[in-house]
Amino acid sequence: MSIWEYANPKKFMQTSAWALPWVSGLAVILLVAGLVWGFFFTPDDYKQGATVKIIYLHVPSAMMAISAWFMMLVGSLIWLIRRHHVSALTAKAAAPVGLTFTVIGLVTGAIWGQPMWGTWWAWDPRLTSFLILGLFYLGYIALWAAIEDPDTAADLTSVLCMVGSVFAFMSRYAVLFWNQGLHQGASVSVAGGDQVSNVYGLPLAVCVAGFVLLFVTLVLLRTRTEIRARRIKALIARERAVA
Amino acid sequence: MRALLWRDIRLAIRAGGGFGLGLAFFLMVAVLVPLGVGPEGALLSRIAPGILWVGALLASLLSLDRMFALDFEDGSLDLMAVSPLPLEAVAAVKALAHWLVTGVPLVLISPLLGVLLSLDPAGYVWLVAALALGSPALSLVGCFGAALTVGLKRGGLILSLIVLPMYVPTLIFGAEAVRRGAAGAEAMVPLLLLAAISLGSAALLPFASAAAIRANLK
Repeated sequence: MSIWEYANPKKFMQTSAWALPWVSGLAVILLVAGLVWGFFFTPDDYKQGATVKIIYLHVPSAMMAISAWFMMLVGSLIWLIRRHHVSALTAKAAAPVGLTFTVIGLVTGAIWGQPMWGTWWAWDPRLTSFLILGLFYLGYIALWAAIEDPDTAADLTSVLCMVGSVFAFMSRYAVLFWNQGLHQGASVSVAGGDQVSNVYGLPLAVCVAGFVLLFVTLVLLRTRTEIRARRIKALIARERAVA
Repeated sequence: MRALLWRDIRLAIRAGGGFGLGLAFFLMVAVLVPLGVGPEGALLSRIAPGILWVGALLASLLSLDRMFALDFEDGSLDLMAVSPLPLEAVAAVKALAHWLVTGVPLVLISPLLGVLLSLDPAGYVWLVAALALGSPALSLVGCFGAALTVGLKRGGLILSLIVLPMYVPTLIFGAEAVRRGAAGAEAMVPLLLLAAISLGSAALLPFASAAAIRANLK
């Protein structure tokens, strides 16, 4: 029993079919619990009022937008090294999900920034690097769509993903090392010293877990679709060869 | 390697189109912007560093798709791939040739365009220095983008979508160096960061470009 068993599309389809209801169900439960708890059962912040509650969407989606790129990097590396098609397809499947999270992060940030900073958008390093990450997602998706041969497409997008991860990394740590600009520093860190009081922190943790599971659900679903699309293509090719 | 370099430079100069086009485009940008925003000196000198850098960016983007496309179509790229020269070196030489025929002329002509945009006199040295240090990164990043999209039919649009985000750090530090230089402030830090970007991409990106070419030729 090893992780490479799942490189077999059949095995992957079986296991993901079994796992999908559980993962998606848990994602729904956590998201509903976290968001309802966050929106209706936490007090308003004494300075920010009710706008503080957008944190439950903004922080998890921004975290997942960056994490999704690193997941794609892992998938791409496995494809380049071991040529497992499923891993290339997971990277392909994750890109639009990551782009969506990036857009959610940007939009919720703008909605929060308007009353708080007095502006929808500022050319601050953190915001800018995040926007560039979004552009990278666009380029990645466009490159997948433009190349006809699926193996070449997987190769080239993998290389692009590796180069782009420099920028994803920059976006991840921009919160830490660029001190100028409007965006505040990291508000949640694993290594102690939380800047967010537990009243907000606990529902936020639930939301983050929910977003992670949502991401897994969407990627599994989209990968299954991709595998089925490949199978249909193979079937059509076989029919043509017979006829 | 030297043969390949000379071949690329000669092709770029003699075949027409690519060589002068970038320069002419750079000139057009510098002429159009004052007409668009009005000939007010103070405003122009404030936005001049940004305009010049954006112009340089777009001018270098213009000639990128020719870097590999012609060689890919007539099969010379296959020959280079099987030649004893490693593909990484081919990519590096191609980027160098692109820089020599587009980057260097841009650097040389930039003070003239600075006059058109009434750049502050203190900024000229920094403008030339920043373009000289930053334009190799533009060619190298562009070489990677061109290698990725060489097999595509509608490569041009995707090329710009991929390459322009990667140009952003170069643009930020390049324009920042000129702006600080023109204002008489300390401009060494962005200049050094710019050199770091160029050196880093010179060290790493030829490998990525070669990997992309290999995938495209397979």
